[in-house]
Amino acid sequence: MTRSIGARAFVLSLVILAIFLAAWHVAVGSGGGGGGQVVDPEYAKLVGAAAATGGQTPMPGPIDVGKAIWKHLSDPFYVRGTNDMGIGIQLAYSLVRVLIGFGIAVAVAVPLGFLIGMSPLIYRALDPFIQVMKPISPLAWMPLALYTIKDSSLSSIFVIFICSLWPMLINTAFGVASVRKDWLNVARTLEVGPVRKAFTVILPAAAPTILTGMRISVGIAWLVIVAAEMLVGGTGIGYFVWNQWNNLSLTDIITAILLIGLVGMVLDQILARLTRLVTYPE
Amino acid sequence: MARSYISIEGIARRFPAPEGGRTTIFEDLWFAMERGEFVCVIGHSGCGKTTVLNILAGLDETSEGAVIIDGKAIEGPSLDRAVIFQSHGLLPWRTVLGNVSYAVSSKWRDWPKARVEEHARKAIATVGLTGAEMKKPAQLSGGMKQRVGIARALSIEPKIMLMDEPFSALDALTRGTLQDEVRGICRNTGQTVFMITHDVDEAIYLADKIVLMTNGPDARIAEIVANPLPADRSRNEVHKHPAYYPVRNHIIDFLVARSRSFTEELAQPGRVWNRRAPPIVTPGAPDAAPPLVRAV
Ligand SMILES: Nc1ncnc2c1ncn2[C@@H]1O[C@H](COP(=O)(O)OP(=O)(O)O)[C@@H](O)[C@H]1O
Ligand SMILES: [Mg+2]
Repeated sequence: MTRSIGARAFVLSLVILAIFLAAWHVAVGSGGGGGGQVVDPEYAKLVGAAAATGGQTPMPGPIDVGKAIWKHLSDPFYVRGTNDMGIGIQLAYSLVRVLIGFGIAVAVAVPLGFLIGMSPLIYRALDPFIQVMKPISPLAWMPLALYTIKDSSLSSIFVIFICSLWPMLINTAFGVASVRKDWLNVARTLEVGPVRKAFTVILPAAAPTILTGMRISVGIAWLVIVAAEMLVGGTGIGYFVWNQWNNLSLTDIITAILLIGLVGMVLDQILARLTRLVTYPE
Repeated sequence: MARSYISIEGIARRFPAPEGGRTTIFEDLWFAMERGEFVCVIGHSGCGKTTVLNILAGLDETSEGAVIIDGKAIEGPSLDRAVIFQSHGLLPWRTVLGNVSYAVSSKWRDWPKARVEEHARKAIATVGLTGAEMKKPAQLSGGMKQRVGIARALSIEPKIMLMDEPFSALDALTRGTLQDEVRGICRNTGQTVFMITHDVDEAIYLADKIVLMTNGPDARIAEIVANPLPADRSRNEVHKHPAYYPVRNHIIDFLVARSRSFTEELAQPGRVWNRRAPPIVTPGAPDAAPPLVRAV
């Protein structure tokens, strides 16, 4: 047994997956058909009659979900009307919103964070605002955004912007403020001007911290977009999940959940790669 | 009298004290250096050596007094004064060549890239690092990093080199080699050097003058030791010189006892000491009695 730990971990992952799927299969097969669940009338009012009685539709097993995934992935980009689009299209809507909101946040947070990090005065002056804004759930901005922007898609983008802003702002300011004194002194003794110093010393020195902030931001943005789209509806993977709940299509919901996880992982991995690119060993 | 090349004139540095008020690290400090001189400063940790060096570099400001170099008061850092940092101060995301080129392109801003690199490579070759140009600092040993720092300082062809304990983190063998190289380079290029060190033998081997600083706060320049060793000295011969041990003993004596009790020493009757012109002593010289004897 001289295989690497990576290979052994992979085998173990497969075993865990197999056990999980088997347990799921058995649990659904024996318990799901039990039927006769009592429907709470309050609950029925809340979700509508169809969904409430839907409590009696059996929980799908892994094979049902597998079929659904296959169905979705074999034709992900069809459009058959506003309420019937391929899951790939819905994911693309969400991704585009996240990328636009996140992109605007980068364009604001990095220069502003630079300013805050370089000036102890501005740091202190803006700190109370940042401390208050940071813990606000981004969805709390939604009504205000809908009222002022009057467009559901733009409002989701705004919410993404707001939630991506803080981690990047704070990390950029922190990274810029904690650049080693030695490196700044090198620039000073070489009579390097402020702009050149910003690009040749401060930016590369703070880049790993800034990229870490971006990674946190993109993770939060992807969490928030699903909730935002459930709220405003129309398009996007969040809306898809909500729509399938109204259609009582649990297999579609589980498929969407898996895809949301996968896309989130890919986004995170991209940022992790970029962070590694700019990280320097000391 | 004409002013010296570097003239430290009554400088003071005070920091806000943690318990309120201000601590005086040193005040009314006077010292002069001539062009081409190699000066080492010796004193215990915390006495203010780095502060003096940072003031000379223009990285720190005086609370009082001024430093005049070549007739002009220092106002901030200058490319004429290169600093070799104790912790080498290399930019870790740049290669060896990148670090040196950064300095070269800062000095000659209109040079094309090829010319900058060629000049940088020459400086790297001077410190014996040819072949390591594309390495990052993290891939280098401590001695090699310090060499890059020296190459970077040399590459901008400064008039003055300021070194803060440049070799203190190195093993004895590497330290010896680097001392030889720095001494050779500085003599060949006629550098004026201000260097801080903890190592008495290093000071005796390298310096023309050795400045002895008392313990802080309120540190003073107690004496300046004029090194009696010939300018043409070799590492393996210095300890055979008749003045070597008197000089060494004098400095060690200062570090062990007099640096702490210097104010009491001054209080003794008949002891004369002038802040503006600290005494220049030459231990081991036949005509000069050591000041300790004279003082008692
Ligand atoms: N920025 C600062 N604020 C307050 N005290 C300082 C500061 N920099 C240095 N000091 C104090 O000044 C004294 C001299 O420091 P330094 O010049 O680094 O000493 P040395 O290099 O001789 O070891 C020390 O006691 C140190 O604590
Ligand atoms: Mg020091």
